[in-house]
Amino acid sequence: MSSPDGTAPPDRPDGTAAEEPKIEDLVHEDAGTTPQFGGLASEHADHEAAQPAAEVMTESGVEAAGTTATTETDGKLDLGPVGHLGDRLFGGLARGSGGLVVLIVAFVGIFLLALAIPALVDDKSNFLFSRIWEPGGDQPRFGIAALFYTTVISSIIAMLIAVPIAIGVALFVTYYAPKRLAAPVAHAVDLLAAVPSIIYGLWGILFFAPILRPVINGLSTALGWIPLFEKPPGDNVGVVFTASVVLAIMILPVVTAISREIFAQTPTTHREGALALGATRWEMIRLSVLPYGRSGVVSASMLGLGRALGETVAVLIILSVPNGNDPWNSSIFAGGETFASKIANNAAEFDSPEKTGAYIAAGLVLFVVTFLVNSAARIIVDRSTPGTKRPRRNRRTRAAEGASA
Amino acid sequence: MTAIAENTPAYDGKVLDLTGKSGARAFKNTLATVLIVLAFAVAMIPLLWILWTVVSKGYHLLLSADWWSQSQRGITVRRAGGGAYHAIMGTLIMALITALVAVPIAILGAVYLVEYGKGTRAAKVVSFMIDILTGVPSIVAALFVYAVWITVFGFNRVGFAVSLSLVLLMLPVVLRSTEEMLKLVPDELREASYALGVPKWKTILKVVVPTAFGGIITGVMLGLARVMGETAPLLILVGYSKNINLNPFNGFMGALPTMINQDRTELALPNAADRVWAAALTLILLVLALNLLARLIARFSTIKSK
Repeated sequence: MSSPDGTAPPDRPDGTAAEEPKIEDLVHEDAGTTPQFGGLASEHADHEAAQPAAEVMTESGVEAAGTTATTETDGKLDLGPVGHLGDRLFGGLARGSGGLVVLIVAFVGIFLLALAIPALVDDKSNFLFSRIWEPGGDQPRFGIAALFYTTVISSIIAMLIAVPIAIGVALFVTYYAPKRLAAPVAHAVDLLAAVPSIIYGLWGILFFAPILRPVINGLSTALGWIPLFEKPPGDNVGVVFTASVVLAIMILPVVTAISREIFAQTPTTHREGALALGATRWEMIRLSVLPYGRSGVVSASMLGLGRALGETVAVLIILSVPNGNDPWNSSIFAGGETFASKIANNAAEFDSPEKTGAYIAAGLVLFVVTFLVNSAARIIVDRSTPGTKRPRRNRRTRAAEGASA
Repeated sequence: MTAIAENTPAYDGKVLDLTGKSGARAFKNTLATVLIVLAFAVAMIPLLWILWTVVSKGYHLLLSADWWSQSQRGITVRRAGGGAYHAIMGTLIMALITALVAVPIAILGAVYLVEYGKGTRAAKVVSFMIDILTGVPSIVAALFVYAVWITVFGFNRVGFAVSLSLVLLMLPVVLRSTEEMLKLVPDELREASYALGVPKWKTILKVVVPTAFGGIITGVMLGLARVMGETAPLLILVGYSKNINLNPFNGFMGALPTMINQDRTELALPNAADRVWAAALTLILLVLALNLLARLIARFSTIKSK
């Protein structure tokens, strides 16, 4: 008769088994005061709270013990007493797992920092403002300015492209598509998230980049007087702009999914109120849906931005690495390297601690940037949560009203 | 009436003028509809295009039995032949180890958030950290494991290190979806269980978790789908091997993303290109199968969201 949870083996190693004959003697003398009765004795011997429960059992005698046995053999719920060892063990495990998550995030920061500091101390140039990247050797010189610029500009352009389309798709799914079409469409957009990033990279550079060439040429002809849009000579399509468009496709499902959920939660009364005033469908959306979902869309965009900042392989494949002799170019129609693509591209260089330290320092900056962006997204959600809290409360009150009526 | 007149100025600028010419308003409405439908079409193009590209270029190698049973051992970039068995097994083994480590922590963590820590400050900290972990780029996770596994402990680059970094990526996905599912379990079930004298931990294990089981499995599948396609940790934490290596603690290991990466610079060679697209199709099929399975399980699970 072993407990199903395995916490109370019948023969306990801590020597209590030796006491059992005594207990049996007691049973013969006075059953009423014996806390450990029959089969229950070994079952609950382990648990602190076993005593009161067993005492209750003894009042109704053998019958009670018999019924307990049958429920257990049926394989149904074992009604152990509340507050015993299992609870403390399981609660401890659950709390430990929660704590582990906190520890992991802390460790990511601490370990990266610990390994980056020696390299940063040796760095002969300004880490934050230098564009040179020559780690290792006697005179290591490296700075993140160029990497930071390319990472941020490519992600921001990706966000600017993705967010309007994502809002459109989210509105289409929630308020435009016929009901029967809405769910398949939502799933199809979600499938975009299932395509591995390396495939986006291959497709992006081989098939998508060539059709972007006229767009790149057109934009640079029209806006070339701005340094940002100045096209360097040559016919390179592995440029920041191409990477941005592919990144936009990759973050589209993230932004769409969150916007969709928030738009769908717009209170019916707001929407019907707008329509009752004679608003067209678009005016209804501008009056009720968009204001209601604004903070949700902003935080969804931030999450998308975070994804774009950290994307590695697609960017690695698409972006052409500028030749060492070329002057640094701030144009989005030039090649470049992001934090992530730089690190992945040079994984083979992780041979000496100094070099590795330089790349880990770059990774740390990326971690901090994504940390800030994601925290901002979280804070926006927390500060104004019309999208997540109000409708639920409404639903509950409605249900309560229905119940009382 | 006066009250309304007094209130009206406060809403100026916020309320749309609904009294204008109906023609202009109808035009705007139509324009918005067109733009929104167009946005949807624009979003669908890349999906269909990518799927078409990969399927049309990769399917013929998948039809041969060799693809599923042979490795690339001794096959140079110019030659045809061999298969992806080594890479498929590598991807599956690393994903399996990842799941074995991540899923118990994720489920226990979700149990903590929903059943034990609800509303406490500690739970808020944990919840915030999960959001941060969700946003950690795969390359940072890989660098972290590199720092611990290789720089600090001095171990070699092996498949297990990749699994460790994938745990960081899978954990928040499974934890969040499990948390959502546990929240959906009606309190009546818990109360009924407590009323029968069942301790809390047994209530969680035998009532709450089984009720939410379908949703939890869905989360696990989606988490697995996310980590299987990751390439960055593979590039940093394990070398690509063309041979079959089923030991995650020793030696380099093949995986589908690195198999694609291996030959991607040689796409001018027809045999290399075939291999790359076939590996890409195999990877997409694996990931899509997990996604579809997840949706199927979600559909038949006992509790529904909303």
